Amino acid sequence: MEALVASAVGILTAAGIFLILRRRTFPVILGLSLITYAVNVFLFATGRLALNSPAVLNKYEDVPYTDPLPQALVLTAIVISFGMTAVIVMISLSAYLSSKDDHIDMSPHDSVDAPGEDA
Amino acid sequence: MNHWIVAPIVLPAILAPFIIMVLRYHLDLQRIFSVAGVVALLGIALTITAQAAGGDIQVYELGNWPAPFGIVMVLDRLSAMMVLLTALLALPIVLYAIGSGWDERGKHFHALFHFQLMGVCGAFLTGDAFNLFVFFEVLLIASYGLMTHGGGAVRLKAGVQYVAYNLLGSTLFLFALGTLYGVTGTLNMADIALRVAEIPPEDTALLRVGAVLLLLVFCIKAAVLPLHFWLPASYANAPLPVAALFAIMTKVGAYSIIRMYTLAFGPEVEATQGLVGNWLQPAALVTLAVGAIGILGSQHIARMVAFCAIASMGTLLIAISLFTPDASAAALYYVFHSTLATALLFLVADLVMERRGGAIAPTKPMAQTGLISALFFVGAIAMAGMPPLSGFIGKLLVLDAARDAPDATSVWAVILIGSFVTIVGLARAGTLIFWKSHDADHNPQPEGEDAEPQPSPEPHPGLAFTAVFGLVGGLILLTLFAGPALEYTSKTAEQLFTPEDYISAVLGEAE
Repeated sequence: MEALVASAVGILTAAGIFLILRRRTFPVILGLSLITYAVNVFLFATGRLALNSPAVLNKYEDVPYTDPLPQALVLTAIVISFGMTAVIVMISLSAYLSSKDDHIDMSPHDSVDAPGEDA
Repeated sequence: MNHWIVAPIVLPAILAPFIIMVLRYHLDLQRIFSVAGVVALLGIALTITAQAAGGDIQVYELGNWPAPFGIVMVLDRLSAMMVLLTALLALPIVLYAIGSGWDERGKHFHALFHFQLMGVCGAFLTGDAFNLFVFFEVLLIASYGLMTHGGGAVRLKAGVQYVAYNLLGSTLFLFALGTLYGVTGTLNMADIALRVAEIPPEDTALLRVGAVLLLLVFCIKAAVLPLHFWLPASYANAPLPVAALFAIMTKVGAYSIIRMYTLAFGPEVEATQGLVGNWLQPAALVTLAVGAIGILGSQHIARMVAFCAIASMGTLLIAISLFTPDASAAALYYVFHSTLATALLFLVADLVMERRGGAIAPTKPMAQTGLISALFFVGAIAMAGMPPLSGFIGKLLVLDAARDAPDATSVWAVILIGSFVTIVGLARAGTLIFWKSHDADHNPQPEGEDAEPQPSPEPHPGLAFTAVFGLVGGLILLTLFAGPALEYTSKTAEQLFTPEDYISAVLGEAE
């Protein structure tokens, strides 16, 4: 099982990094999502992999339990990454709609010399 | 328990939703509450700084859970000082944003501003590594909104890059924290410090990985060289008052480096020895060099100031990476100076861009050119580290602290040559923008390059200038009271290099 979880984290991260290096925003966002999945699984595994164990201590008998803290961390991380993904989708959508261009890099004419085309 | 400790987080956390939900359609009321909130934050910051100056480390246990189990806020000299700096920076910026009308150009400026303050103050006060991550996210998500405030295609595109880069940074932060938790079984910073010291040296491979990952994350925030790519485009395309506020965000990265690498992975910890010294210092030297070259090569004033921010982060991190009490005292003094000076230059750049656009090339003379050029001159002197302002004292302290370091020659050479290049770059920009413009009347520029006519609005110049002069006043005060300030930062550094006090304050008598 360790090999399965480890390779899942590795493959998700590798695919995520590959996608992040693309030039258009959509694959980049997909890549970011894949990496956040990878980190969620990774965080889960930092409490050690334990099957069929409750996340609470049993004070009557000595049964195996799994570490509850990483689960709480993962929950936080999922919420945050979900929110952040929504934010980047909105920002890149409005960037696409206002510039008619979904490249993630700045094109030469709108880069260095014209920051802040404010009203 | 001393409830003042949590006040810098609670106040903006209440004020920001209040502004969104109740004052949504009332810009005037938003402004009043926002300024009042920042003033109150300043009052709180002064109070907790006075409390921390005594040297006691105070702990605030959230939910009254004792230390390794619950999340703690820790108030020591360093965190109090950084909160104070945040409040001191926020006040002129919010006044400037009101005075220049920037807060009208999009929605929710003031709410986002206070969320940002909440994240920054929380990051400075927390004593828990995962909580640090959460506050990083709070300040980042507010900064995404502020960065794209006012809209515009270019700004939004820069915003996408900024968000993507920082999301990646957050993911890296989680990987680092997961690794550290897997090795030490705790996320409380003081507890991590204890566990790290206990781990036998042959089992530290994972720990070192975690420490390096964490350093990378903080270096992303602090814009240390190979990881600085996000900064120029983001800062130069953000609304410049916001960029001025972001001057504190790079300092959050620097603060985190100081905190984690004196407390948990200090110089005497065998497992991570040499890690920071070997990697951080060369990176900081190159950061300063690239920043200085960037200042010299920029074609746009906002971009030039962004490179000023990078160069000053370089100087700061050189001082931090020496990891001696003297150097850290110098670094903390320089933090104060460089934050104020960077913010000042960003605000001056905004004044310039509002009137004539930002290209570093001669154009027609602008309104109030004398006053603005004088302010630019003051900011440039401060940034380059020329006497008489505090930049000179700061750089002198850094140089002095580096004198006994093993590679003092390279540090001295880079700082001095970097300062020289910075002076040349700033002088070039000032000359082209302020002086050559008067000649430009005779041979007008071919139209088309800067064809977009600048409306040169002057909404409420009085308030905007007051804010800028406030920052100048801050720099002057920092110069005049360099003695007391340095005394405070020396004591702070002393406190940092005796992490036992911090650990026993957080974990109680049991240790």
